[in-house]
Amino acid sequence: MSIIQLYAQWVREGKLKVNSDWNKDLKVKFTVQDPCQLVRKSLGDPVAEDLRYVVKAVVGEENFVDMTPNRSNNYCCGGGGGFLQSGLPEARREYGKLKFEQIMATGATYAITPCHNCHAQIHDLSEHFEGHYHTVHLWTMICLAMGILGPNERTYLGEDLAELLMPETREAEE
Amino acid sequence: MAEEAIKISGKKKSMFIDKVKQLLPDGGNLNLCLTCGACSSGCPATGLEGMDPRKFLRMAALGMDEELLKSEWAWMCTMCQRCIYVCPMKIDIPQLVFNVRGSRPRDERPKGILGSCNMALKHDTCSAMGASEEDFKFVVEDVAEEVRNTQVGWEELQAPVNKQGAMYFLNQNSREPVTEPDEMVPLWKILHLAGADWTYGTKGWAAENYCMFMADTESWKHIVEVKAKAVDDLGCKYWLNTE
Ligand code: SF4
Ligand code: SF4
Repeated sequence: MSIIQLYAQWVREGKLKVNSDWNKDLKVKFTVQDPCQLVRKSLGDPVAEDLRYVVKAVVGEENFVDMTPNRSNNYCCGGGGGFLQSGLPEARREYGKLKFEQIMATGATYAITPCHNCHAQIHDLSEHFEGHYHTVHLWTMICLAMGILGPNERTYLGEDLAELLMPETREAEE
Repeated sequence: MAEEAIKISGKKKSMFIDKVKQLLPDGGNLNLCLTCGACSSGCPATGLEGMDPRKFLRMAALGMDEELLKSEWAWMCTMCQRCIYVCPMKIDIPQLVFNVRGSRPRDERPKGILGSCNMALKHDTCSAMGASEEDFKFVVEDVAEEVRNTQVGWEELQAPVNKQGAMYFLNQNSREPVTEPDEMVPLWKILHLAGADWTYGTKGWAAENYCMFMADTESWKHIVEVKAKAVDDLGCKYWLNTE
């Protein structure tokens, strides 16, 4: 079972009170990677819909841009199958060029990657090909949208969102 | 784009083709290729090493096992299955790739994948980064304590470890506890707000399985069994992936 399914369920049930008001004026654009392992290879298009439902709830429908092709027909990013550990970085980046171009074509400044291999690969592609988009986990955006993303939990956010909706902290007691 | 001509060196029988046929009930449909090229045109690995999925299949059909084994391409295909998805005959090229991977002597497979698989076999945590049961428990408890002490409104945040009978057994990619533990916190906060009944387990918590990528079937099976047992031993209902 994937936690993406539960995120969607919890948003529908109102247990996770997310909203996209923070992005109404900012209009920061997001795209999402459908992980092969999750979508094409196991749970299929229904989980891709759950993923979009959550992403749209969090960043705003009008600020979400899909890649083409997508869902079960999406291109693999090149982070899977052990490619990140195979010691073939040039081939891996050449493979990932298609994904990089797909992301750049959306015009989004953030790519949400709900898979570790995708996250590592897509992050690396942005740096290598100088795409300047940011690569974030879905949990980061859900917590940001609820105003509960702590100061140490913002590693992958860009400067534009780094300080947004910062919750209150206090000094630790010794 | 002109393809390099495939040279047929005498009559050979491909063991890869035969193996895949034995393995899959419908023979993986390997004989049914229409050479339409749909697989290759949507494969990101097309062109690497002058190879593409249709050519790979063709070479196997022609018994060119040696050439397939020599090429690094089997390690450049991610086994993402997009080719099957678009293939009109649903031909299982990734299964063929898996068999080519598995036919290399184990210690000649890519070092990084081999190291990660071997590392995962060392502990019952199945962590490819070698994190032990104690390491994991310590990091989780330490990070949770820090959040309770410093973040307003999160004084009650829990990150249970080995909680008997929890509904969800949550796994975790080793990258978080080992290199960026603060990335686990957003996940815990979400689970807390949703009121989820969940736990980590000191055994079998690592989400990754490089032995599968390495096409080491025995070790792959071992890792899956360790994880399944960990879930059962805690009496959890669901194995929950963070991805
Ligand atoms: S898509 Fe299928 S039928 Fe078409 S060339 Fe590829 S393997 Fe053959
Ligand atoms: S499984 Fe391999 S051959 Fe098939 S589309 Fe993916 S990378 Fe290409």
